[in-house]
Amino acid sequence: MTKISLGKGINKGLRAAMENDSKVLVMGEDIGKLGGVFRVTEGLQKDFGEDRVIDTPLAESGIIGTAVGLALRGYRPVCEIQFDGFVFPAYDQIINQVAKMHYRSMGKLRMPIVIRIPFGGGIGAVEHHSESPETLFAHVAGLKVVACGDPVDAYWMIQQAISSDDPVIFFEPKRRYHEKAELDESVPPAYPLHQAKVVREGTDATLFCYGPMVKTCLQAAEAAVEDGRDLEVVDLRTISPLDLRTIFDSVKKTRRAVVVHEAPYSLGPGSEIAARVTEECFYHLEAPVLRVTGYDTPYPPSRMEEEYLPDLDRVLDGVDRVMGY
Amino acid sequence: MSESVPGLAPEVFAPVEAPVSPPQASEEVEFVQLLTPEGERVEHPDFAFDLDDEAIKGFYRDMTIVRRIDTEATALQRQGELGLWASLLGQEAAQIGSGRALNAKDMVFPTYREHGVAYCQGVDPLNLLGLFRGVDQGAWDPRDNNFHLYTIVIGAQTLHATGYAMGQQRDHAVGDPDTGEATIAYFGDGASSQGDVNEAFIYASVFNAPVVFFCQNNQWAISEPIDRQTRIPLYQRAAGFGFPGVRVDGNDVLATYAVTQQALKRAREGSGPTLVEAYTYRMGAHTTSDDPTKYRLSEDLEYWKLKDPIERVKAYLARSAGVGQDFFAEVEAEADQVAAELRRGCLAMPDPTMTDFFQHAYVDMPDELAVQRDQYAAYAASFGADSEGEG
Ligand SMILES: Cc1ncc(C[n+]2csc(CCOP(=O)(O)OP(=O)(O)O)c2C)c(N)n1
Repeated sequence: MTKISLGKGINKGLRAAMENDSKVLVMGEDIGKLGGVFRVTEGLQKDFGEDRVIDTPLAESGIIGTAVGLALRGYRPVCEIQFDGFVFPAYDQIINQVAKMHYRSMGKLRMPIVIRIPFGGGIGAVEHHSESPETLFAHVAGLKVVACGDPVDAYWMIQQAISSDDPVIFFEPKRRYHEKAELDESVPPAYPLHQAKVVREGTDATLFCYGPMVKTCLQAAEAAVEDGRDLEVVDLRTISPLDLRTIFDSVKKTRRAVVVHEAPYSLGPGSEIAARVTEECFYHLEAPVLRVTGYDTPYPPSRMEEEYLPDLDRVLDGVDRVMGY
Repeated sequence: MSESVPGLAPEVFAPVEAPVSPPQASEEVEFVQLLTPEGERVEHPDFAFDLDDEAIKGFYRDMTIVRRIDTEATALQRQGELGLWASLLGQEAAQIGSGRALNAKDMVFPTYREHGVAYCQGVDPLNLLGLFRGVDQGAWDPRDNNFHLYTIVIGAQTLHATGYAMGQQRDHAVGDPDTGEATIAYFGDGASSQGDVNEAFIYASVFNAPVVFFCQNNQWAISEPIDRQTRIPLYQRAAGFGFPGVRVDGNDVLATYAVTQQALKRAREGSGPTLVEAYTYRMGAHTTSDDPTKYRLSEDLEYWKLKDPIERVKAYLARSAGVGQDFFAEVEAEADQVAAELRRGCLAMPDPTMTDFFQHAYVDMPDELAVQRDQYAAYAASFGADSEGEG
């Protein structure tokens, strides 16, 4: 057992995947000698060489577009996009090419590509460095979208994403890169890639969250104990496809739900979850499904991000509201 | 005389040459040519055509059949059997010359107009129609023919080609001019303005990828003439990216063959990318939805008809190679046969079922999508067995 950070978990996961399969390549900007701006790929180029850990030109469409070609050639590229706001030059390649190749070829071609994106705010960055664009990917058929929320998941989920024959958008909560946990690599992963996990059992209401909000929600659940509330926390882990079964089971048990994410309020994952729960669990609900999220504005300058991001108080306020019905 | 950029002080900025005009009937363009429009063989110091007259007969046959496929598809569109067709009329030499220069292990990444290259790679012409008829998005298996699916998003495939070529490198399939592998990416003059194409040039250059960029400069991107895409001849762009560029007479099948072959050899031996600009002309409309009379001069079309890629080969074969009339008649008959089969096949093409399209969205279908598929199936079935597939 070793205590590792979330960033190190991904690093170790990448390393394991590269050792297991010589077709796995890692590519992106500054990922070689530097090890990425968050050091997630640290040491990989030294051990696997420049042909497998490819420092690319500064061209995002190029990163993804060439990954398409490499995948067609039988490789399994893992692409790093440096920050969330810089994925958009590659958006066309992702949604028109990566996502649709299997479909366009009537199942003959596969795109086993992982696109790693550090996402979310809370690190005091300048603009374009704090965004949560997961909805823009989750809406695209052919892509699978996941976010890891703790170091152990980071380690296993990146490996599961790499072995997926469908393309995976892999969101990494950048402000949690340094969170630590014990990892025992000899214990196989407890969850498949597309399964949500109940990270805290409770009876009064469920907090649904993923990525950076998992920690926030766990803290909120601890704080709610003082108010005599027993909250369940579900780390969704997968945004597309949503693990509806786990969501419905939890709602049927607690009868109240708050969805928490940094992405904007309207038409976000929370909207979909609220709609699904209404369709499937209407008679179980004691209150409407509420959302505690970012706002429908661009991500603000960092002096304002505390206001923008869901925090303990806003989550607890959401809990108050859902309990008030 | 050189001209300064409008609005910019000439003393600060180096003068830029006058923009390239749309094709002028009088203008002579510098390019590699091995067979003149009159059907005369000419030599070029750097490029030689190393095949015999039998091979030229083969090229003639290929071009004639491909033009016939194209004409038949256009007719099918006019009769409502295809939603759209993108004709290659006038570009047969560019496609057959480059396509025939490929080795079995080379890989092709086309746009939506490479019917001639598809033909060279052994793709059943009927399979080209599915996309335009709206029953599929490319029914061939790219792995069988080393011919990737058609790509509608302009320029996107040049990056795929470059990545694929980087894979060939990593597989150590590069290094020998004869047995090595190469990749070729097709795109148009309009595509040269796309970011992806320029990114592909950069990736190919810095990684020395074994890829040939084959630009069919047919002078038009729908209604936009070449001077709306570039102020310098396109092949000269390659120099700025650090690899060679060459312009070839795109209506000369001998020259396109020789130039592409040399570029592919360079790639296969590990010397990196080449940009080939095949200077040609789109004689038909951009697609069957387009009306070129709105933007194009009929004199230009008349001028380019005199440079027809097929006629010049026919003239050469008849006059210089002693090929008799029965050969041409034979090829015509074969082309008619191919066209008739294409028509028959097109009309018999079954509509797919919606269920197939649920099936192929993912390799590993999400449960939720399976639910939607079943809901669809139940809904469709609720109209009774007779109504399935109709409408
Ligand atoms: C990214 C993108 N923008 C616009 C279009 C619509 N469109 C289809 S073909 C075309 C012109 C392409 O011209 P060119 O690259 O010269 O190729 P050509 O069709 O002349 O062979 C345009 C604008 C498209 N398919 N993709």
